Amino acid sequence: MPEILELITTDAARLRSAPVEHHKITKHLWEQAAGDTARGMLTLLSLWATRGAVHMALMARPNAPDEHTRVGVVSLENRRKSFPSVGRLHPPAQRLERSITDLFGLSAEGATDARPWLDHGAWEIVNPLGKATARHTPQAAYEFLPVIGEGLHQVPVGPVHAGIIEPGHFRFTGQGETVVRLEERLGYTHKGTDSLMHGASIERGAKLAQRTSGDSSVAYGWAYAQAIEAALGHAAPKRAQSLRAIMAELERLANHLNDVGAICNDAAFAMMLAQCSILRERVMRAAHNVFGHRFMRDCIVPGGVSVDLNTDGRAALEALVNDIRLGFEPLVHLYDNNASILARTAGAGILRSDLAHSFGAGGYVGRASGRNFDTRRDLPYGPYAKLVFTVPTRSEGDVNARIWVRIEEIQQSLGLLSQLLKSLPDGDIFAPLPKPKEKREGLGLVEGFRGDVLVWVGLDARGHINRCHMRDPSWFQWPLLEAVIEDNIIADFPLCNKSFNCSYSGVDL
Amino acid sequence: MKNLLLKGLMHRPLTEAAPTDPGLETLGESLRNETRRALGRSLALRMVDAGSCNACELEIQATGNPYYDMDRFGLHFVASPRHADVLLVTGPVTRNMAIALSRTYESMPNPKWVVAAGDCAVDGGCFAGSYAVLGGVHKVLPVDVNIPGCPPTPEDLIKGLLTLMARAGTRR
Repeated sequence: MPEILELITTDAARLRSAPVEHHKITKHLWEQAAGDTARGMLTLLSLWATRGAVHMALMARPNAPDEHTRVGVVSLENRRKSFPSVGRLHPPAQRLERSITDLFGLSAEGATDARPWLDHGAWEIVNPLGKATARHTPQAAYEFLPVIGEGLHQVPVGPVHAGIIEPGHFRFTGQGETVVRLEERLGYTHKGTDSLMHGASIERGAKLAQRTSGDSSVAYGWAYAQAIEAALGHAAPKRAQSLRAIMAELERLANHLNDVGAICNDAAFAMMLAQCSILRERVMRAAHNVFGHRFMRDCIVPGGVSVDLNTDGRAALEALVNDIRLGFEPLVHLYDNNASILARTAGAGILRSDLAHSFGAGGYVGRASGRNFDTRRDLPYGPYAKLVFTVPTRSEGDVNARIWVRIEEIQQSLGLLSQLLKSLPDGDIFAPLPKPKEKREGLGLVEGFRGDVLVWVGLDARGHINRCHMRDPSWFQWPLLEAVIEDNIIADFPLCNKSFNCSYSGVDL
Repeated sequence: MKNLLLKGLMHRPLTEAAPTDPGLETLGESLRNETRRALGRSLALRMVDAGSCNACELEIQATGNPYYDMDRFGLHFVASPRHADVLLVTGPVTRNMAIALSRTYESMPNPKWVVAAGDCAVDGGCFAGSYAVLGGVHKVLPVDVNIPGCPPTPEDLIKGLLTLMARAGTRR
């Protein structure tokens, strides 16, 4: 009997160029895979369902210097209405499983938490992606997990928040000022994207993908394009790949600048937000001037990109990089030399390294707690293998560390942009996609500003989307926020929350 | 910090002139009188995300950055619907958010106005037709102004809200 590890064999080059193999495995092996993720031998990248099967994307990290990071997809076909729970052994899978149950009507055998997640009882149908039926009985009221102890009180917050942010519900249980437990309830922005993807053309799919989490439009556009291109065994031209990377680094820059300012603002250091938002606005305007859209939406299309960069545009971006470099340095100094802000950020909201690893937390959340992973380096795509950059990590795991990872990533992105602008290859920006002629499946994995964005796509023989599964990095970060806030004071929640800056829309879909 | 503060004092502000549009300047003039008559000097905005992808929120946030500084037009965001004159809504109105959106509206004192910001809020945008969305703010609330865009730029948003101020001034 093969070990699960032997099935996880796809390296970066193959992942980006060919349809992903999905290994049909037995129930026994499925349970073994769940156990391997729980033991930390494999990282769970995602868990999703299609009609008649459930799938896990898994990643194996190298054990020796000559080994490479590998990924693979294992699938369990099931004609019954259930599958063995992964979340029972490996908690990061729990919310993904609850979503599968809501959307497909498949239950997770032995799951410790069988409450609905995305289905709030407001849809007219149940199991919209499975055998959809009209809702006959109203859903029971949602039960939050019990918290037992003396002198406890609860603070319900949301879904409508005080600021200009996305909706979600936070249920705090406090003892005095200290948070004993936080429980999140999300799903408010569930738009049914998966159902809209079913039967959609590749072009429409690209539009939907780029509206999954607006701040990561480029990352989603690229991951989706990768999945489609891999499924069709098609390569986008080199120039298009470099332009995609330029867009991706601009997006990272804009978001990190925004976050550094906004986190400080949540500790009442408003000057930092004002200064950072100036720099961010310059990035957004440059994106608009050069690529025609502030979020560079719909600029990445499967097969290439839809806008080219001319000489003027190149000069404008070079000027921007210089401008941000000069403008950001004094802000780093301002942050680093201000005892009153550091008193709030240092030591607040500590994420333990073991949790970051077991959840496979991507981006600054993982890297600030010592999880040294970056898709651009470990599963390289586009031009990244040829570029020089480092992946900043920290071990403290507090708000301060998450700020510093962002600061250093801003500096890295500026360096990457300079390199990309200097070495931009000539040639086409688009290569038309071939027709599939048969069912195809592809996997895309891109480092967005929050972490690794995964897109798995199944195409039918006509080249329409049968199923598209998109997994935002926030799936594995939101649950960690619950752990991080424990024993902090409730007034530090905005600070901790902003330092995570998870996407609501990205996980609600 | 000293250097940054000094720079702030010595240099001209980054804030740009109000977005120019044919007619907008005269609008600005008349608006000043109209809104004062109706509401005193300002409009308080309450923002609700009814299922957007968060790009609209980012652009709404950007209206407060030093380039746009929307507060100077008397438009400012408040934390509670009880303090608000205008409900600014983004997103296609997911079924999961419909109740929270209606309740927010009901919590606002009269007179009140509703602005739908972004293509999704106008008619559901690319999510229209899904089992999970109602397809636009007008399905739940009376909408006074639509601001299309995916997402609308900070300039679009300011223009749209200034239009509303003019209307708000005449409606009372």
